[in-house]
Amino acid sequence: MSETLLDVKDLKVHYPVRTGGLVIGTYTPLKALDGVSFELKAGETLGVVGESGCGKSTLGRAVLQLLPATGGAVAWLGRALNDLDAKALKAERERMQIVFQDPLASLDPRMTAGDIIAEPLRNYRPHMSKAEMKAKVKDMMGRVGLHSTMINRYPHEFSGGQCQRIGIARAMILDPKLVVCDEPVSALDVSIRAQVVNLLMELQRAMNLAMIFISHDLSIVRHISHRVMVLYLGKTMEIAPRDALYAAPRHPYTQALLSAVPVPDPTIARARPRLALAGELPSPLNPPSGCVFRTRCPRATKVCAEVEPTRAQPGTGHDVWCHHWRESGLETKVAP
Amino acid sequence: MTQRILDISGLNVRFATEDGEVAAVSDVSLHVNKGECLGIVGESGCGKSQTFMAVMGLLAANGKTTGSARFGGIDLLKADERTLNTVRGNRLAMVFQDPMTSLTPHMRVGRQLTEVLERHRGMDAKAARAEAIAMMARVQIPEPERRFAMHPHELSGGLRQRIVLAMALLCGPELVIADEPTTALDVTVQALILDLMRELKEKHGTSFVLITHDLGVVAGLADRVAVMYAGRVVESAGVREIFAAPRHPYTKGLLACTPRLTDAPTAVLPTIPGQPPDLQKLPPGCSFHPRCAAVFDRCRAERPALAEGGTLNACFLNHTVAA
Repeated sequence: MSETLLDVKDLKVHYPVRTGGLVIGTYTPLKALDGVSFELKAGETLGVVGESGCGKSTLGRAVLQLLPATGGAVAWLGRALNDLDAKALKAERERMQIVFQDPLASLDPRMTAGDIIAEPLRNYRPHMSKAEMKAKVKDMMGRVGLHSTMINRYPHEFSGGQCQRIGIARAMILDPKLVVCDEPVSALDVSIRAQVVNLLMELQRAMNLAMIFISHDLSIVRHISHRVMVLYLGKTMEIAPRDALYAAPRHPYTQALLSAVPVPDPTIARARPRLALAGELPSPLNPPSGCVFRTRCPRATKVCAEVEPTRAQPGTGHDVWCHHWRESGLETKVAP
Repeated sequence: MTQRILDISGLNVRFATEDGEVAAVSDVSLHVNKGECLGIVGESGCGKSQTFMAVMGLLAANGKTTGSARFGGIDLLKADERTLNTVRGNRLAMVFQDPMTSLTPHMRVGRQLTEVLERHRGMDAKAARAEAIAMMARVQIPEPERRFAMHPHELSGGLRQRIVLAMALLCGPELVIADEPTTALDVTVQALILDLMRELKEKHGTSFVLITHDLGVVAGLADRVAVMYAGRVVESAGVREIFAAPRHPYTKGLLACTPRLTDAPTAVLPTIPGQPPDLQKLPPGCSFHPRCAAVFDRCRAERPALAEGGTLNACFLNHTVAA
C-alpha cells in the first residue's frame, strides 16, 4: 500500500473581478476552481482534462500554493500546506515541482542549460560544491536524453523537444515526490511528443513519482494516467480510474469530450456517433444555477436547473456529479 | 475524368537568410481535384504551410519560388499582384490557425465580412450586411445579428474561427486552403468546425486543402493525403490506403506514435528517434535516413524519388524496379 502524498479537499480559487461602476465598482467572484477534492498516492498519475477555462491549470498551481486558495485544504504528507509560513513552505516545495507548457518561455534565455538545471540545487543545496553540482547536472541531462556536451548552450539553441527535456531535468533534479505537468507536450510535434511522454513515464517509474498531468489531449491522458478527473467551469464532473472513465463514462460531458476526440482511422472517424454540445461555454462570472453543465447538456431536465448534483458512485473509486448518470449515454467505442 | 482545380508542379521555395539559403520546399508536385479534400500532414518545418503560402503569393519578402501552381487557367506563381487580388479571397480563400491574429482587432467582425463582399462582389452596404449575416448563420454562429456588431475580442476562439471560415466562404470559393484550422480550439469546438467543413464539401462541392499535424483530423475529412518531411512529399495516397497500409517509414512512424482511443493502451509509446533535420544542413541521400530504422547504404548516398510502390512514396524499400 503506497502512502497518500496529497489530500486535496474542497479546494476553491476565486478571483474578485470588478463588474460595472467605474468609480465605486462591485466585485463578483470568478470561480476558477470551486470545490475540487482528490487524493494522490506515490507513483500515481492523475490526469486532469477539460476545455480551456475549466480550471485545470488553476488546480495545478493552487495545489503547489503558487496561487492562494480561497477555501478548502491541501494536505501534503498529512500537513496542511495552506497554513505554512513562507519558510516552511519553501522547505516543503523541495519535493514538489512543475513542468510548464511552453518549453522555451519557461526557460530564462540568458542562462545556459546547465545553469537552468542547477538552479534548484543552488536554492536547496547551498553547500554543494561546484564540481558535485556539475556532475549531478550532467547525470540528469543523460537521464532526460540530453547530451552532456550541451551543458553550456542557451535555450534558443535547442529545439522545442529539447527545451522541454531541460524543463523536465530542472523539475527532477531534487528528486521530487510530486510533479505537476501543465500541458507538457501540447506544444511539441507528434514524433517528439511520444518521446517526451515515454520519458515522463520512465522517470515516474524510476522515482516513484506522483504526477498531476494536465492536458486537453484525451488520448495522451489515457496513455499516461492511472486516474482521470474531468473539470468543467471549475467543478469536478467525474473522476474515475482510467479504464472505467474511458470505457464507461457516466457524465454526459465526459461522453461528449470523448466522442469529439479525432481518431486516426478513416473508417471509425466517419462512422462513429458524436454527442454534440449545444451553445457556448457560459461565463464563469455568471455560472448556470444547479448543475453548471446543464446549459449545454443533451440530458438536462428541470431538476438540473434547480438542484446542484451531489456525488454519485457508479463504481469503486468512480465519482460522478450528474442527476442523470444512470441513463445510458452514448456508446463510446474504446478498447478496454 | 476528374477535374484538377489546383495543380502544383515542381514547386521550390527558398529563403535567403543571413546564414545562407534555406530550402523550405523542394520539388513538390500536388494537385487537388474538384470537390475533394486533400490533407497535408507533417511536423513543424516540413514545408506544409510554406507550400501553400507560396501558392497564395503570401511568402515573406526573402522567399523565392520556382515551378508552377495552376488554378483555373492562371499560374499563381507568375501572376502579378492585381491578378492575384481578383482570385484570392474570391475563388481561392485561406483559413489560418490563429483566429485572433487573422482578424483585425479594432474592426467589428461584421465590417470585416462586408468589406469582402463590397470589394469582390460590388455589393452595397445593405445587401452586404444581409449576405454576411446569412453566412454567419450558415457557419452556425448563434445570434448572428448581435455578433455582427462585436469586436473579435468579444468572441470565443471557436466563434472567431467560425467568423474566419465565414469570411473565406463569402464569395463562394472553389478552393479553401485551411492551415491548421482547428489546432487552437478545444476538441468539442474542433469537431463542430470539421463537421461544418464536411458539410460544405458534401453539399456545396467546395474543395479543401487541409494542412495539419493531427492525423485524427485528416482521417475524418480528407479524401487523399500527402505526407511531407523536410520540404518534400514523401508519401501520397488515398486516405483509407495511407491509414491501412502506409509504406514510407516516416508515415508508419507517425501513425504508430499517435496513441488512439480505439486501441488498448501500451506501456511504452513507439517513437521516431531523433528530431526533424535543420533545413540548412539536410543530410545527404534520403532526408529521413538518420531517423529511419530500416536504413541501408543506398539511403545515405542517394535520394529516393517519389515513385509508385504500393502508394506513391519516396523509399527504396518499396520501389520494386531498381532505378
